[in-house]
Amino acid sequence: MTDQIEKAITREYEAGFTSSIESNTFEPGLNEEVIARLSAIKGEPQWMLDWRLKAFASWKKMPEPHWAHIDYSKIDFQAISYYSSPKSMDDKPKSLDEIDPELLATYEKLGIPLMEQQMLAGVAVDAVFDSVSVVTTFREKLKEAGVIFCSISEAIKEYPELVQKYLGSVVPRTDNYYAALNSAVFTDGSFVYVPKGVRCPMELSTYFRINEQNTGQFERTLVIADEGSHVSYLEGCSAPQRDENQLHAAVVELVALDDAQIKYSTVQNWYPGDEQGRGGIYNFVTKRAMCHKNAKVSWTQVETGSAITWKYPSCILRGDNSVGEFYSVALTRGRQQADTGTKMIHLGKNTRSTIISKGISAAQSNNSYRGLVKMMPTAEGARNYTQCDSLLIGDQCGAHTFPYIESRNPSAIVEHEATTSKVSDDQLFLCQQRGINSEKAVSMIVNGFCKEVFKQLPMEFAVEAGKLLEISLEGSVG
Amino acid sequence: MLSIKNLKASIAGKTILKGLDLTVNPGEVHAIMGPNGSGKSTLGYVLSGREAYIVEEGSILFEGVDLLTMDIEERALAGLFLAFQYPLEIPGVSNLEFLKAAVDAQREARGEPLMSSKEFLSAAREACKAVRLPTEFLKRGVNEGFSGGEKKRNDILQMLMLQPKLCILDETDSGLDIDALKLVADCVNSQRDAKRSFIVVTHYQRLLDYLKPDYVHVLSEGKIIKSGGPSLAPELEEQGYAWLARQPGEEKSL
Repeated sequence: MTDQIEKAITREYEAGFTSSIESNTFEPGLNEEVIARLSAIKGEPQWMLDWRLKAFASWKKMPEPHWAHIDYSKIDFQAISYYSSPKSMDDKPKSLDEIDPELLATYEKLGIPLMEQQMLAGVAVDAVFDSVSVVTTFREKLKEAGVIFCSISEAIKEYPELVQKYLGSVVPRTDNYYAALNSAVFTDGSFVYVPKGVRCPMELSTYFRINEQNTGQFERTLVIADEGSHVSYLEGCSAPQRDENQLHAAVVELVALDDAQIKYSTVQNWYPGDEQGRGGIYNFVTKRAMCHKNAKVSWTQVETGSAITWKYPSCILRGDNSVGEFYSVALTRGRQQADTGTKMIHLGKNTRSTIISKGISAAQSNNSYRGLVKMMPTAEGARNYTQCDSLLIGDQCGAHTFPYIESRNPSAIVEHEATTSKVSDDQLFLCQQRGINSEKAVSMIVNGFCKEVFKQLPMEFAVEAGKLLEISLEGSVG
Repeated sequence: MLSIKNLKASIAGKTILKGLDLTVNPGEVHAIMGPNGSGKSTLGYVLSGREAYIVEEGSILFEGVDLLTMDIEERALAGLFLAFQYPLEIPGVSNLEFLKAAVDAQREARGEPLMSSKEFLSAAREACKAVRLPTEFLKRGVNEGFSGGEKKRNDILQMLMLQPKLCILDETDSGLDIDALKLVADCVNSQRDAKRSFIVVTHYQRLLDYLKPDYVHVLSEGKIIKSGGPSLAPELEEQGYAWLARQPGEEKSL
């Protein structure tokens, strides 16, 4: 029976192809000069370069963190190239017609057509290929509503006041080892500003693709939702199949001002490495949101890729009555290792947070939930509810839960529930006896387990997430 | 329909069935009774192809095809249905989703067009009515939080939806109150026709009073030691199995 489960969960990595696109790639290595060159290529102002260099100076003094429940050989930061862009991007194309067709084909193959007429109505896309943003669609339409959606590189030049005010305001340069590295060398990413009282008219999304060998991807995303505004943002990612590990160290900062709402969803499908654990992306990501008065931020993530995932999307609930939510499905198979979870820091009165985490481990993988719920003395009447469920498939995988709870306010209420279950042979037998094949049975059981989280995803991503887990969408009947 | 010859089967190295013979013709209802541990449930599992059960000797033909070369799913798609002694829960997977997947698989295997959601839903509602489960149960996880009796009725509901050719009911009556027992018997009776056959494993005569089986067999220590008509059941109820075990001379196979 276990063989059948194995078969059901070992699938080819479909996004593993390589595109032959001529690129300008830096020699591996990292020092002040590399950072200056990178900043110069991007035509950045002096303040940005200074900011990067300060981050680099702090990074050099920081030790690499090893507290996570993951195991990997030391990363040689000097063996990585810190900048790579498709050659055709040298003179930034002005319209889609000027973009390298191979590049468009790459996104097409991934199911993300960049031609606006072919796109899913109602979703604007920023496509980031290696170190640069190649195109941002529907910009004009968004501008009519006053919404700014562009690459962070453009934002640095065109909206320096906003960037200077908010960059590093949620994740400071010196926050942690990988955030400091990102601050020094980030190459591109998305920038969103939704003005006061505006409900963003469409879903915004960024699709990240690593193509070039031996390069790291360091993207930086900054989303600012001004007072009373609403925005939903989606992010997806994939990479070619390569035998070496590649580093991805991103920083995402969300600022939800008074009464604003941000919904941030991720479907992460970086190359996970092969069955022996060769290759795959090392995904070290810092994601954090600052929630002001009455603001609400929801993080929803479906993590299926990466050799290593180190990621804790967090909310600082600073304003009174602010709300933080974290819905997560993390699936590990092969020899994947995931250490993921969230942090909810309650500062304001009556702040509320909900954490629903579903970990699925198969084959020889290791899946850990790590979460911190912190009630500060000022968090009068704050509440948290945490539910952590683990599902084991087979008998060689591991599931771990590391919940940290700190309550310094006696009026705060913290609830934590955790369960572990197994896809049993009996359940599979029942399905098969009714004529349902084991592949379909496993995905049905897994889908059932993840239901609460999938419900949170925007429609388009729910489809993608469903496909990722080889699941036919719930609700197709009745 | 089904022809079992000299079936010997084991689990975890222990031989349970020790030369079982049984022939079931289309439209027949066969009851199998016998003491605990005699191999009644094993027979159901072996017929459905459960991996842990190893067939050591003998043959099983199902509609003339060698059942032993088929896997669990193929047997199910060929029309073999097992109602469980202890139906399992599959949390999070709704009854409706589960039924649809099963019915789709069956129809696909038979090359029939899939039912539309509307057709399917009304069929499922009908089936619910027949087993007297509220239609809300369709939205709940498979057997999730169901009572013992509800689980058994849910198994029968699956049988009604799948319309199998051979139904093996493994102590479906155990744990049912009198009304539920009558209900299950009514459902089975409603499904009886000249083509559909049943193997009913039970400890109690009461179910057989309602079902009126064509044959009653006694399984003991892995063999059928006595076969007879419906009148055998009350005899067993009265006298137990011990007298049979003492008279190996009475052994008879169909």
